[in-house]
Amino acid sequence: MAAPQPLVANRAARPETPPERVLEVENLQTYFYSRSGLVKAVDGVSLWLRRGETLAIVGESGCGKSVTALSLMRLVADPPGRIVGGSVRLDGVDLLGLDETAMRQIRGNHISMIFQEPMTSLNPVMTIGRQIREAIILHQQISHRAATARAVEMLALVGIPEPAQRVKEFPHQLSGGMRQRAMIAMALACNPKVLIADEPTSALDVTIQAQILELMAKLQRELGTAMILITHDLGVVAETAERVIVMYAGRKVEEAGVDDLFARPMHPYTRGLMNSIPRLALMRREAGPAVERLQEIPGIVPALTNLPQACTFAPRCALATDKCRGQYPPYEQKLPDHWAACWHSDKLEGAADA
Amino acid sequence: MGAYIVRRFLLMLLTLFGMSVLIFVMMRLVPGNIVDILFDSAGFIDPAQKKQIERELGLDQPIVNQYVSWISGLARGDLGYAYVSEKPALDEILPRIPITAKLAGLALFFSVLFGVPLGVISAVRQDTALDYILRVVSLSGLSLPSFWLGLLILMAFVQYSGWIPIYSAAPPTLWQELLLLSIPAAAVGFRASALVMRLTRSSMLEVLRQDYIRTARAKGASDTAVNYDHALRNAVLPVVTVIGIEAAFLIGGLIVTETVFNIPGVARFLVEAIRWRDYPIVQNLVMFIAVVTVVINFLVDMAYAVLDPRIRYD
Amino acid sequence: MAVIDHDAELARAGANVNGWFGSLVFFCRRYPLGAIGAAVVIVFVLTALFADYITAFDPTRTDPRASLARPGDVHLLGADFMGRDMFSRIVYGARISLAVGLGSTFLGCFFGVIIGLTSGYFGGWYDLIVQRLIDIMQALPLLVMALVMAASLGPSLENTIIAISIPIIPHVARVIRSNTLSLREMPFVEAAKAIGMSEWRIAFQHVLPNTLAPLIVLGTAQLGSAILTEAALSFLGLGIPEPHPSWGRMLSESAAEYVRTAPWLVVFPGVAISLAVFGTNLLGDAIRDILDPRQRI
Repeated sequence: MAAPQPLVANRAARPETPPERVLEVENLQTYFYSRSGLVKAVDGVSLWLRRGETLAIVGESGCGKSVTALSLMRLVADPPGRIVGGSVRLDGVDLLGLDETAMRQIRGNHISMIFQEPMTSLNPVMTIGRQIREAIILHQQISHRAATARAVEMLALVGIPEPAQRVKEFPHQLSGGMRQRAMIAMALACNPKVLIADEPTSALDVTIQAQILELMAKLQRELGTAMILITHDLGVVAETAERVIVMYAGRKVEEAGVDDLFARPMHPYTRGLMNSIPRLALMRREAGPAVERLQEIPGIVPALTNLPQACTFAPRCALATDKCRGQYPPYEQKLPDHWAACWHSDKLEGAADA
Repeated sequence: MGAYIVRRFLLMLLTLFGMSVLIFVMMRLVPGNIVDILFDSAGFIDPAQKKQIERELGLDQPIVNQYVSWISGLARGDLGYAYVSEKPALDEILPRIPITAKLAGLALFFSVLFGVPLGVISAVRQDTALDYILRVVSLSGLSLPSFWLGLLILMAFVQYSGWIPIYSAAPPTLWQELLLLSIPAAAVGFRASALVMRLTRSSMLEVLRQDYIRTARAKGASDTAVNYDHALRNAVLPVVTVIGIEAAFLIGGLIVTETVFNIPGVARFLVEAIRWRDYPIVQNLVMFIAVVTVVINFLVDMAYAVLDPRIRYD
Repeated sequence: MAVIDHDAELARAGANVNGWFGSLVFFCRRYPLGAIGAAVVIVFVLTALFADYITAFDPTRTDPRASLARPGDVHLLGADFMGRDMFSRIVYGARISLAVGLGSTFLGCFFGVIIGLTSGYFGGWYDLIVQRLIDIMQALPLLVMALVMAASLGPSLENTIIAISIPIIPHVARVIRSNTLSLREMPFVEAAKAIGMSEWRIAFQHVLPNTLAPLIVLGTAQLGSAILTEAALSFLGLGIPEPHPSWGRMLSESAAEYVRTAPWLVVFPGVAISLAVFGTNLLGDAIRDILDPRQRI
């Protein structure tokens, strides 16, 4: 599959020398203790993020991407979940070692998060202005008036018309797209180093989706914020990310730059995801008889309480052999800047559909 | 918001109308009429006298006419005559209202004073020892018959002090009267507090599960800010409506507590009227209780409209 | 990072629970209050069922010589002013309370479910009228309504059951109706219609079972309230008449006059009522916690 055209403005502005890493996560493990057993929602995930960079985490529902994000913010509900291992270093400071008071000063300030449902993620009985002001006043010693002015500024920045008026309104008076913009304003109010966006556009109309993505890219450029974008939508990934991590059943299965990933997927799951996208060529029957059917990945995601020692994707993989069913493949570098966990990555080379 | 108020008001009128019909029908379920019952207790039946009394009371009219004359009487403020005392019903009912109102007000005050904070604490410290204790206490509050609690209080006073908090005559000052009434109010209020506590607790728990609470935490808000600022503001909304339901709940407690403490209020009067088979009084009293309940609910709806911005700015 | 004992955490969450005995122990550990409630309710029911075997006296037999006897060897919980044995009266009172409580709750729920289900499912004019009726009936306080009904019908065991069930009906109907309204929109209803099932069958075979969980919770709450209402009615003299022993009536007979001389007449019946209602409420709360899907991990 040919690499799609990048969003020109986003990529062209990248400096030549890669900036240093603002976030380093090593071997993160988050487990859930439930009546059905131990759920290893995040099982040894490592990742890193450079300043101003956009990293996408892709996977189906239940693969652990949201839990990873919540773990970074230490917002996992305990009980039933618990971060049992690993480290999360934000500019050198291990967030997992901080006490709650120190962590609260980091949240919303140096690292922020926005969520999927703008409808329910804003407090219905507080004005927009008050909620944004809170984000500011929690972390900065400025006056009420100055905070309000900044809130208006942020609303203008995210493209909400008549911000001075909107600041006094309640969430139910705004549309879905505007609410998400307000959420973004709130998250970026303290100019955090990292913004985590958990499926920010999944609940929105397609046209609004494009607007929000464009807005986020623009703000990233202007403020220099690094972003972790969590999504199940490969189209969104292609448009906004520089690097991509693919997760499956709590672990990373592939990691690469976005162009490389689309050009040469090294893991059958990634290839399966790409093939599942209904493409216009398919619909116009230009691709030829061999690719007439919409290809799905057979089977379902395994129950996380009973993972075998083998490759977790083996039951659904067309290339699976006995070696796959016997041992979990090591996560290793297959190509420059391109890692995957598969015994048979070589069989995928060149096998990607045109 | 204007449309909301008008809708609610019309609904209230409709409900009142329906209730008057319901009450009217309920009072006439017994075969025969009150005259039969009166004669029954007297022991003999004199047909001529019976007919005359029936005519006096308007019982020989068709049912619909009886209903209409009752309702129009209510509108005029003419509640007919109390059969036993032969005084105008209004004269019997009116002086009893202030006492019941004071008692009810005190009980309501206690219930909110104790119920809301304890409910919040219980929710915020869910599943801790404190939560369990509070839940057990509130559950016992709901399980105790309020008249028994009243009896126990009386017993305690009899046992440990010479004075029994029974209302025999109107105390000289308002302050003293309120103090005297606060004892039975505590008996009624205990149960009401339990209800408010439980509802506040479940409302808080419900709110704490919402997405916007997660957003607040993601901003770095402290637990205090999250619980008492973000959550409580949303949690009180259903609690306000509960106060409306509580009004109805309280009346049951008032009826028995007034009986136990011998308070000459409207609620005890209802029971007395039923015992004396004074059906015109019973009918009017029940209607009065119904009107009060419905009006309180209406006022609560108004308060809700003011507190919830989703309704205020619609 | 602190070392975490996975097995201990899992045990706390209830994994590795086998068999019905294991589930029972897990239930008792996880919901201790509910277990206590269940125990109390079981004792209550057993007392009512085996009343004949555990009492030595006939609850209605008067014995002037034993009038106001203190609790002791002969009369375990003392005797009232007519010399009737308190212990027997309380035990048989359990039977009455259970009968009235269960009877009225059952009756109220039965009609409440039918009305709520049909009203919610079929909608239209019928629903509008029913909704208004429910509002009207709910606007009257429970005790007042029961009082008036009891007064109109006259005091008897059956009439008390009916009188108490009447206010329960609109309460249940309202909850069932709102449940039905949301269930009606679910895909499985659409699927049933697509295969040609008749509306009545869908309502009763598919929607109804899904309303059972909230109904059970509601039912146990109403049971407690029904027992209290019966006690209040009997206390006021408008409930269970002679000769049936009723805890509420025992309290009214003994009130005021014997408060000083025979406190056991006031204490024991009240304790019985409170315990019975307490147990029911505890159990109901636990059932609600279990059936609440959000609690499940």
